[in-house]
Amino acid sequence: MSHGAHAPSLVDRIDRIDRRWIFLAMFLAVAVPILWVGVTGRTFPETPTPAVQGAFDALESLPPGSKVAISMDFDPASAGELQPMATAIVRHCAMRGHSICAMTLWPAGGPIVDATLKDVLGGRPEYRYGENYVSLGFQAGNEGVMKQVNADMAAAFPTDARRTPLADLPVMKGIRRITDFDLLVSVSAGYPGAKEWVQFTVSATLTSGKPLRFVAGSTGVQTPQLIPYYPTQMAGILGAIKGAAEYEFLVNDAVRRADPAASIPARFQEAQRRMAPQLFGHVLMIALIILGNVVFFARRARGVQA
Amino acid sequence: MSRSVAVLIASLAGITMVLSKFLVPLGDAEVKVADWFNVLAAIAFVLGGANLLKMNLLAISARGPGWGYSAVTLVAFLVTLGVGVLKAGVPPAAAFPDVPFSGEKDVAGSALWWLYEYAMSPITGTLFAMLAFYVASAAFRAFRAKNAAAIFLLATAFVVLLGRTYAGVLATSWIPHDNAWVSWLRLENLSAVIMSVFTNAGTRAMIIGIAIGVAATSLKIMLGLDRSYLGGTR
Amino acid sequence: MTFASVALVAQDAAAAASAEAAKPLFVEGRGAIGLALLVVSAAIVGGILWARSGGRVTVRRMAGLDAVDEAVGRATEMGRPILYVPGIMDMDNIMTVAGVTILGHVARTVAEYDADLEVPTSRSIVMASARSAVQSAYLAAGRPDGYNPDRIYYISDEQFAYVAATSGMMARRRPAACFYFGCFFAESLILAENGNAIGAIQIAGTAETAQLPFFVAACDYTLIGEEFFAASAYLSGEPDQLGTLLGQDLAKAACWLAVMAAAVAGTIAALAGNESFAAGVAALRQAMGGGG
Repeated sequence: MSHGAHAPSLVDRIDRIDRRWIFLAMFLAVAVPILWVGVTGRTFPETPTPAVQGAFDALESLPPGSKVAISMDFDPASAGELQPMATAIVRHCAMRGHSICAMTLWPAGGPIVDATLKDVLGGRPEYRYGENYVSLGFQAGNEGVMKQVNADMAAAFPTDARRTPLADLPVMKGIRRITDFDLLVSVSAGYPGAKEWVQFTVSATLTSGKPLRFVAGSTGVQTPQLIPYYPTQMAGILGAIKGAAEYEFLVNDAVRRADPAASIPARFQEAQRRMAPQLFGHVLMIALIILGNVVFFARRARGVQA
Repeated sequence: MSRSVAVLIASLAGITMVLSKFLVPLGDAEVKVADWFNVLAAIAFVLGGANLLKMNLLAISARGPGWGYSAVTLVAFLVTLGVGVLKAGVPPAAAFPDVPFSGEKDVAGSALWWLYEYAMSPITGTLFAMLAFYVASAAFRAFRAKNAAAIFLLATAFVVLLGRTYAGVLATSWIPHDNAWVSWLRLENLSAVIMSVFTNAGTRAMIIGIAIGVAATSLKIMLGLDRSYLGGTR
Repeated sequence: MTFASVALVAQDAAAAASAEAAKPLFVEGRGAIGLALLVVSAAIVGGILWARSGGRVTVRRMAGLDAVDEAVGRATEMGRPILYVPGIMDMDNIMTVAGVTILGHVARTVAEYDADLEVPTSRSIVMASARSAVQSAYLAAGRPDGYNPDRIYYISDEQFAYVAATSGMMARRRPAACFYFGCFFAESLILAENGNAIGAIQIAGTAETAQLPFFVAACDYTLIGEEFFAASAYLSGEPDQLGTLLGQDLAKAACWLAVMAAAVAGTIAALAGNESFAAGVAALRQAMGGGG
């Protein structure tokens, strides 16, 4: 038994805090703003950054009726961050009257492609499956598929997700290889994703043949890996939910400019709605870092005195 | 002998894939080699499935700590396998109404679709969301200003954390955005500069080093100098 | 068939044959990349030959690898197992190959200490390869009876299913040492934080730049990028392997020179408006696949 032992100080107790209190604080920092946004419907204003503006301009500058390929390379785990991005991009295409060819290289991405197309295009009678949009579904092979589409789309995707040969689909008329599309968009959560599209598909088109315009959306951790490719290999990058919010803002702004009385459904403001919990989550992290350092310096000072 | 054959296969496959990038006659070879690997990986699922069954059955029979999780794993595995293979709840395709298994296995409303929508999606989303909690606890525990480099790191972290939210916009909204001399000090712009200049430079340097490391490791394997991935040294 | 149609068929066949013969041998636009590949390969082979001829290769200490013995020893003293996670990708990923290679070295140390090694894998082929590597390590350590293939097992290809199972195992079996060497994605922080919570000593290595910050924050030692690829050479100490490290450094020096030259040329072109430099930089950019 040690004599002279004293009860742990406040600094010691904070230093040894059970991490579940931190988890609770993060839960409240995220949940309360979500409820607040859900009740009030209010969102923060967004100022698009150049990379996001570049992505928006790449789609906006295409003449109506252009052909856009969208690769939704993510699964339900990352849907929280990337689904708003995919939805906004498909919606932007629909607003501009572009033809859409959607695909995925992730096994769990097939239902996401179908759900996104249905959610955005379902209420648009001018969009008819096979005529101006198609889902090619999932194809196994990772980079192999990316290399194949450079030469022959039908070799990589013999049929669409409904087992119709590509040759029988009016929307795929004139599309032999990926460079026949006016723009390629990849919304990616990891591997295979935007980086592989640049390495195995886009870069090859830059040294010979027709260059392929490319725009990427990615999770926050993947964005630094993609920045070296902007703006040479990529016309724009949507980085994390912030990039999605900025892009959504631009798309909704375009809708309002066209029709000031238009009301934007909540499902087309998901990214902007998620910026409130992000703000409070980040503020909490800063507070935790500061608290951790206060404790660190207090213990160090006490150690010097002892 | 078997290891020598394995090394030979690895060397030939690697050299073929490298040469196919540069030689037109070998254009398709790279894709074919990758396809062969995909076929092997698909067959290996059987090996993995058998091992999963064995390990979890052993855990259940031994009644060791956590054996209940093994039971849940086995039930989930067998149920998912069963509904997928049997196409439970899948109506025949419209084009072939008289053919029982002609529908797509994951058509909306099928049992496999239901498992995807109401089990897999929310569970994987939840696990991914746990990262937010772990990041918070890691930030509290690990981000200490122990030296000058750490202080610099923390300052950068604060700028980026705030700059990616509306709080950053508010905090420096008093800085004129149309004055090129000072507008970069606005947190949202500073955060973008940090990402596009400093992070970019560091990432590029790391990627170059990693690429050379990958080339060296690949060369060692293709030349047969490193066989430890097969078991044992050279 | 008329003479005219036969002539047409023959003409078509001849055209096809001459088109085939006219196809270039080399893929267009890859010359600069091919040259760079040759330079890097020559540097690496040169390093190997240098080391084989008795040349001395000095390698700086890597704290993470020096700590392997300490970590395994600690686990042995505490009577707790050692966890090794070789990443979540398959054997076609070079990081996984490097991870399995390092596993062989770690397994040898584990065998010598007679400790308990557990290797959950995310891919079946990785499981087979890991078993082979660990078995050979136990044989080399003179402990063939200590090898237990059931300690190297498959969990799931699905990323979060794998990490959930591994995290559960960590919470129940409380390994004293955790090694993470391979290709990781979002699960890296979950593994590292769980390891931290159970008080394990953690050593990680990956070339996934996005995951390195999480490992650096949560692990005791982290091998960053190319250090991870150098690990097998460092641990083996073989001259051939160390020679590749020398070659890697020579290749990096060549890259540095090329980048500096291009940066200086680009700066001169931008500041002085020199057209020759501008054209040279543009041509280099085009040749290296950077586009317009």
